[in-house]
Amino acid sequence: MLKNRRKPMMGGSMSHDEYQIHKAKILTPAFWVLLTLTVIGFALIAVRFIWGIGAVSNLSDGYPWGIWITYDVATGTAIACGGYAVAILIYIRNKMHYHPLIRSAVLTSLFGYGLAGFSVMVDVGRPWNAYNFFVPSQWQANSAMFEVALCVMAYTTVLAIEFLPAVLTRLQETNWSRARSFLEKYHGRFGLDTPVVLEKLEKLGQRALWLQPRLDKVLIFVIVLGITLPTMHQSSLGSLLLIASTKLYPLWHTGFLPLLFLINCMFIGYSIAILESIISSYGFKRPFEIDQLSGLASITPYLTSIWLCVVVGDLVWRGQVANALRFDFYSAFFLLEFGLVATGSLLLFSKKRRQSPRWLFITAVLIVLGGALYRFNVYLIGFNPGQGWRYFPSLAELMITVGIVAFEILGYQVLVKLFPVLPRLHGHEVVEKV
Amino acid sequence: MSQKSRREFLKLAGLAGAGLVAAPAVALAGHPVAGANDEELGMLYDATKCVGCKACMSACKRVNGDYGSLSYEQAKFDPDKLWDAPQDLTGSTRTLIKLVKDTPKEWSYVKYSCMHCQKPSCVSVCPVAAMTKDKITGIVDYNKNTCIGCRYCQIACAFNIPKFQWEKAIPQIVKCDLCKNTNLKQKGISACAEVCPTGAIMFGKRKDLLAEAKKRLAEHPKQYVNHIYGEHELGGTNHLYLAALQFKKLGLPELKGEAPAEFSEKIQHTIYKGFIAPIALYSTLCFIAVRNMKKGNGHAEEQKKTDDGGINEPR
Repeated sequence: MLKNRRKPMMGGSMSHDEYQIHKAKILTPAFWVLLTLTVIGFALIAVRFIWGIGAVSNLSDGYPWGIWITYDVATGTAIACGGYAVAILIYIRNKMHYHPLIRSAVLTSLFGYGLAGFSVMVDVGRPWNAYNFFVPSQWQANSAMFEVALCVMAYTTVLAIEFLPAVLTRLQETNWSRARSFLEKYHGRFGLDTPVVLEKLEKLGQRALWLQPRLDKVLIFVIVLGITLPTMHQSSLGSLLLIASTKLYPLWHTGFLPLLFLINCMFIGYSIAILESIISSYGFKRPFEIDQLSGLASITPYLTSIWLCVVVGDLVWRGQVANALRFDFYSAFFLLEFGLVATGSLLLFSKKRRQSPRWLFITAVLIVLGGALYRFNVYLIGFNPGQGWRYFPSLAELMITVGIVAFEILGYQVLVKLFPVLPRLHGHEVVEKV
Repeated sequence: MSQKSRREFLKLAGLAGAGLVAAPAVALAGHPVAGANDEELGMLYDATKCVGCKACMSACKRVNGDYGSLSYEQAKFDPDKLWDAPQDLTGSTRTLIKLVKDTPKEWSYVKYSCMHCQKPSCVSVCPVAAMTKDKITGIVDYNKNTCIGCRYCQIACAFNIPKFQWEKAIPQIVKCDLCKNTNLKQKGISACAEVCPTGAIMFGKRKDLLAEAKKRLAEHPKQYVNHIYGEHELGGTNHLYLAALQFKKLGLPELKGEAPAEFSEKIQHTIYKGFIAPIALYSTLCFIAVRNMKKGNGHAEEQKKTDDGGINEPR
């Protein structure tokens, strides 16, 4: 009954009541584990910048793109498409009751994309020349990578703006208790004068109060930009491999790469939104958001069906069905990718399973794994530059990726405890509103 | 009702727009490649004339060493660094001679270096135009001052020519530029062709090279495989080959006549032509979202009214 009465709004200040800060300790054991992994990863990144990419990676002239591009960029941004997928649902398909999910989805997307951009800076050999992306005379519209780079930079900015309301709300509501205790503890050191600092902080809160309604008014246009940009660059991530017609195995090299990557990121996006919600409910000991999750889960099987149809139709049209069923190395990976997505979707057609957190979790894992494997197949496994070339990531290379992912989870865990990100629990709401 | 169906239509239109943005113009593929420009500069390597002296390799490094950031490569058996011993094209070596033995009696030398494609994939994919093709000479050149080191050119090149300096903290891409800024500028000929003692490397315009190659094929048909490698491969290359062994055995891949860049650019251009599709998509989505928002707020206000006056409503 409560659910029917509550209709979240957008734009208005009311909408900020949908979220709450997760009140819990920040320095948990998980925090320290993740921090250790992050430090190791960043130390190896330092090694890479001092002694070159060859010092930490198994990359070669035959396999110039390895795990960093395949996982951190091509797959990581798809996994970060939760924000994109949920935004389509809420703002385009007008399903407003999913609105409480958007903020945590946007935060994970922000981390996913921000760190994908960071990984690229680790991966490219001459990052100091990246300013050329902003020099019109150097623009190269033929290059799918040019499009991906600009779009990803723009989208990361858009995500940061989309997340801004959470920060602004916090700035208005906080009484700066942490800052106060810090200042009292270190009074007079670091040249900090307590009253002056506190006054400045208060002013910051006032500015936030001024900015918030103005931001709310234009936010919808930013949000829609946040739907347009991933549509563009996720398809372009597929276009990147169009050029490799002699190197990418024919099972995956098709003119439909952009379309397949676009649909792929959507169903990964919905599935990852389900996973994130279930994992954070479990990890933060909150109740599961079953109604919203089963709603999300009812969309994925339709998207995956379209995707699987395009895959099969394209294979038939190009006469590649025999290659797919050859049961050799490539065929095995193709069938695995196909099987994971198909199994996950078939299971989801049952309404009963969509109501069970366990089945929601299992199916989402299957679909994300299958969808991610598709991207691995296109970028790495199905990529063969010719005889004599081999690639398997080195330990240091893997640890850099692990470090970046650890930093992502670490940041998420800390930020949900500092800013109102997670959906407000219904029990609390009644108490506060009455 | 009509309003609702219109909204449904717009939603569909929005989705269709998204589809259009992504849907490739597969039907358009297979458009014939524009005729090759035979005025461009290139080289004809005749493997039957090559004696494997590697004078070309040493001249290349001597001339381009500083400009192209090349260095000598040490072999394991050579602690005193007496020889330059690259095993493959690398971040230190632009051109390489290899001996290919098919049987003990059948063997051939082969020279590797940039093919200078008529429609180069590396130029097509470079996001910051660090790879360029000269409009007159057709030389595919690399500019390290704009390169971001993304190595997309390496992914794109069907011949695996661009090489990256993996061991350096400040790396760059290394590939042949026909001595554009060194020997060609000073002497009008690439260093390798200049020093070749047997005339195995012929430097000149593509049309002259093709005519010479055809003449040799016609005069000595038994000496050669009846094929000029590079005449049609990937839309034509300016570096051409004649050989007595199958080109596949020499490490030159069997390739189709269409340049991969024609295919990929066609799809990319169809999607982004005049930037119309993205703008259309954005405006359609904006329209739907703003409409939804207004509706949502209206509903919410109604809801609020019921909330305020809803004392009788059973809880």
